[in-house]
Amino acid sequence: MGSRRMEAGGSGVDREAPLHFTFDGVAYIGLAGDTLASALLGNGVDVVCASPILGRPRGVVSAGVEEAGAFVEVSEPWLDPIVPATAVELVDGMVAVGRPGVGVLPDDAAGASAADHRHLHVETLVVGGGISGLRAAREATGRVLLVDERHWLGGTSPASTAIDAQIAELMGREDTTLMTRATAAGIYDDGYVLVYERSEPIARLWHVRAARVVLATGAHERPIAFADNDRPGVMLASAARIYAERFGVLPGERAVVFSNGPSGLESALALHEAGVVIAAVLDVGPPSRSRVDRLRAAGVDVRTGWAASGTIGDPRLEAVHAVGPGGETEMFEADLLAVAGGWNPAVQLWRGINGGLRYDEATACFLPEGAGPPWLEITGAATGEGIDPVEPYWYTPAEDLSHHYVDLQRDSTVADVLAATGRRLRSTEHVKRETYIGTAIDQGRTSGVLTAAIVNGALGAGPGAQGPTNARPPYTPVPYSVLAGLDRGPRLLDPVRTTPIHSWHVARGAPFENVGQWKRPWYFPAAGEDLNAAVHRECLAVRTGVGIMDASTLGKIAIVGPDASVFLDRLYANRMSTLAVGSIRYGLMLGLDGMVFDDGVVMRLADDRFLVTTTTGGAARVLDHMEEWLQTEWTDLRAYCTSVTEQWSTIAMNGPRARDVLTALGTSFPVDATSFPFMTWRGGEVAGTPVRVARVSFSGELAYEINVPGWYGLSMWEAVMAAGAAHGITPYGTESMHVLRAEKGFVIVGQDTDGTVTPRDLGMSWIVRKDDSDFIGKRSLQRSYIVRPDRKQLVGLLPVEPDQLLPEGAQLVEHDTGVIPMSMVGHVTSSYTSPILGRTFALAMVDAGRARHGQTLYAPLPGGTIAVEVTAPVFYDPEGARRDG
Amino acid sequence: MLRIPCPWCGPREEIEFRYGGQAHLAYPDNPGSLSDAEWADFLFMRDNPKGVWAERWMHNAGCRRWFNVVRSTVDHRISASYPMGAARPPEGDA
Repeated sequence: MGSRRMEAGGSGVDREAPLHFTFDGVAYIGLAGDTLASALLGNGVDVVCASPILGRPRGVVSAGVEEAGAFVEVSEPWLDPIVPATAVELVDGMVAVGRPGVGVLPDDAAGASAADHRHLHVETLVVGGGISGLRAAREATGRVLLVDERHWLGGTSPASTAIDAQIAELMGREDTTLMTRATAAGIYDDGYVLVYERSEPIARLWHVRAARVVLATGAHERPIAFADNDRPGVMLASAARIYAERFGVLPGERAVVFSNGPSGLESALALHEAGVVIAAVLDVGPPSRSRVDRLRAAGVDVRTGWAASGTIGDPRLEAVHAVGPGGETEMFEADLLAVAGGWNPAVQLWRGINGGLRYDEATACFLPEGAGPPWLEITGAATGEGIDPVEPYWYTPAEDLSHHYVDLQRDSTVADVLAATGRRLRSTEHVKRETYIGTAIDQGRTSGVLTAAIVNGALGAGPGAQGPTNARPPYTPVPYSVLAGLDRGPRLLDPVRTTPIHSWHVARGAPFENVGQWKRPWYFPAAGEDLNAAVHRECLAVRTGVGIMDASTLGKIAIVGPDASVFLDRLYANRMSTLAVGSIRYGLMLGLDGMVFDDGVVMRLADDRFLVTTTTGGAARVLDHMEEWLQTEWTDLRAYCTSVTEQWSTIAMNGPRARDVLTALGTSFPVDATSFPFMTWRGGEVAGTPVRVARVSFSGELAYEINVPGWYGLSMWEAVMAAGAAHGITPYGTESMHVLRAEKGFVIVGQDTDGTVTPRDLGMSWIVRKDDSDFIGKRSLQRSYIVRPDRKQLVGLLPVEPDQLLPEGAQLVEHDTGVIPMSMVGHVTSSYTSPILGRTFALAMVDAGRARHGQTLYAPLPGGTIAVEVTAPVFYDPEGARRDG
Repeated sequence: MLRIPCPWCGPREEIEFRYGGQAHLAYPDNPGSLSDAEWADFLFMRDNPKGVWAERWMHNAGCRRWFNVVRSTVDHRISASYPMGAARPPEGDA
C-alpha cells in the first residue's frame, strides 16, 4: 500500500497543508482539499468496507454522491453514522472506519452536531456550482444564491484560471451568495427549497424561497455490468480522471479503460497524460475516429468492439478479462479498470417536483421533458447538453450473470433483475421492491437506469420503455438532528402553557398532567402519599369539607355585539338568547354532523355581552369554529369573538364549606343561597380584589368559581388558602376532579365522547331545543341512522366485585365465551375508585345501553374477566340535593 | 409547501394557514326541508377534481380571515385568491 500521490499536480489540493487522519485505526496523511476517498486512494487504501449482504470487499467507485461502493462512519470531529467516503471533506484529526450497509447510532447520540434553521429569500437559486451553474449565476440578477454539495466550486472540471475568475467575479457581487458544502435536499412548490449546509460547528438547514430556481445538477457517469465488476480497482472513468487531475492521485498504475462513447476515450487520454500506463482501451461505443487515432498515436492498444467480461484479484484488481467481437478472449494485467458506460443527467430534483422525462436514443439516457413549474429551469449537462452519443450497452453478455453487479449497495445482480422479470414482474417499481435495487443510500443513482434497461430488454421493449424508479427527497441523507434543529430536548416544538398559579403547584410538589399544551396539577401528594392515597383524601375533602382547584386553563371566549345572542342560539343546541343577565347556562355545541363538539357554560354579562367557557383542550378549536361560521355563513351577524383564556384566572372552590370560606374572604355581595342561587354569577370584590364569581359546579357540591384578572390569580389563590385554613381547605388536581365529576355522571367531551356521540346518546336529549329555530347540527340529529335505538349510549357500570377496577378502553361483551373473537357491545370510557362510594365504578358507551340497566356484562381482560352491572350513569346524589350546600 | 396569497396580507408560507376544503358550498336555506339523502349530500359529498377548483383557506397565524383560492390539484398552482363572498373570478391570473 504505497503512496499513489503524484509528485506534482492536483489542482484542488494544497501540498503545503498536510492533514492527519485515522481510518480503521491506522494513521494516514492527506492534503487540504482532499475528500476522504481521495486521501484513502492517495494512501493506497483500496478496500474501504465490506459489502452489506455478501461481505465482498468494496472500494471507491466514483468521486461524488453517486458513490455505491465506499461507505464509512465518521466519528471525529463530527458524527456521521454512514456516508460515502467520496462525499466527506477531509479535515485534520478525522477519525473514520469502513461501515457496510447500515449506519449505527451510538447509544448516546446526544453528541450529534448542533443545527439551526435559517430562512432565505432570493430572486434566483442555482443548484450546482459547475460550469453551467456558474454561468447561470452570472446571468442572474437580484439576490442570487448558488449552492453546491462539494467543498469546491467548478464541478468535475479541472480547476482553471478561467473558472477561478468567474468565481471571483461572483464573490464580488453584493447580492450573490456562493454556498459550498450545501445540498439542495428537496424542491417543493413555489420555489421552496430545503438546503442542508454541512457547516461546522453548527450545521444549517436553509428554508429558501426563490422566485426562480435553476437546476445545474450535471450528470453522473454510469457503470457497465460484467462479472465481478464490484472488485476494488474498478472505477468510473470520469472519477479516475478527477482523482488524477484534481487530487493528484493516480488510482492505479496500469489501467484498462472500458468505454462506451467519446467521454471514456477522453478519460483514457487524460489518464495516459497523467502517467497511468493504459494496458488497453476496450471500446463498445460508436466510432470516434479522432480520439482513437490520438490514443493509438500515443501507443495505446485500442480494441474496437471489445468488452470487459470479468476481473481477477484478491482483494483488489490484478487483471481484466476481455472478450472480442468474434468471441475471442484476452487477459490484461491491470490494477485499475476505468469504466465509462455513458451518462445519466442528474434529474432527481427535477423529477421530485413532477418534471417529466423522455428517453433520448442518441445518448441512451433520460432527459428532462416538458416545461415543469414556471419558476423552475434546468440547464447544462442535466438537460443532456454536452453528452456525447453512446450505444445502448448495459452489460457484457454472459451465461452466468450472477456476478454482474447492478446495485453494489444491495449486492444485487443482473441475474437478480432477470429472476424478478422471470417471475412476471413487469414494472421497474415492482422489480425495485423484489430486488431492493435503488433502496439504498444513493436511491439508485448509478443502478436505476441500468435496472430499467435490463427490465426493458427482458420484456422485449425498447430501451426507453420504462425509466428508472423515482428518487424522493432528500437528494442525499439529512441527519434527523439537522431536521430537528434547535427543537431538541424536553421542550421540543410545542409551547408549554402554565397558569398564573403554576409556581404554587410546583412548590407544593404536584405532579403535572399535560392537557393540550397546558400543564395542570394532577394531584397534591402529602408526605408519603401516592396517587391513590392523595386522590382519596382530596375527594373526601371536597365531599365533606372544601377543596380548591386551579381551573384557569378552561377556555374562555368573550362574545360581544348586538347579535351575540342570535349567534349563540345558532351555535349551541340549547337556547342562549333567553338567558337573563347575571345568569349562567350549561351549553352543548354540536358539529354540523350532529355529534357533540364541545361543552361549557355561558355567562350573560350584558344584553350584548357573553362569556363562554370551553374544554381546556378545545379552546382554539371552538374559537376557530365560531369565526368560521361568522366569516363564511353568517356574515350579517354583528358579533365578535375574543379569546380571553389567559386574561382570567379561575379558582374553583367545591364542597359544603365553600360558602364559609367565601364569607371569610369578605365579599361585596351577599352569598346566601337565595341571594346568590345556583347557575348565576355576581360581580364585585372578594378580599378587596375585583372578581366575577360563578355558582357552577363540576362536582355536584356547593361550588363557587372565582374569576380574577390573571395578575391576581396567585394572590387570590393564596388568599383563599389562608381563609380556608380554618375549614381544612384542600387543594386538588385533575385526577380528583375527574373522579368527582364521574360520580355525578358528568361527561368529559373527548374522553367519554369520541366524535361519534350525539346528545341523545349521552342521555342529554333534554338539552336540545325542540322549536323550529335552526342550530348547527340540528338537521343531522333527525337522520335515520342517528335516531336508531340501538346506538351506543352512555351508562354507568358497577363491577360486581367492588374492588375490581376496569381499565379505561376495556371492551364489554354479553357472554364471556372465553374464545376470541366475541361480539362486543360497548367500551369503558371512564373508570375510577370512588372514595365516597367506597367502591369502583365506571362510565361506558354500550349498544342500546339505557335499555340494559340492571343487566350484567363482562369485560374479558388478560388478567381475568370482570363482571359488571349496568346502571344509570349518576352514582352520587342523583337528586342534586348537595349543590346548595 | 405552497406560497398562498392571502387577500389581506399578501403571499405567505403555507404553515401559516388552515385548510378549509371545497369553497362555495352554501348552507341550505332550510335544512329541515331537505331529505336525508339531500342533507347527506350537502354534509359529506365533495367534488374531487383533477384540475382547477376553488377551495377555502384561513390565515390562522396571520389575520385569521377566511378566503377562497383557485388552485389546480394537478400541479398546486394557485391562479386566484379572493375574499369570502366575492364571486369566483374567471380562469386566469388573480
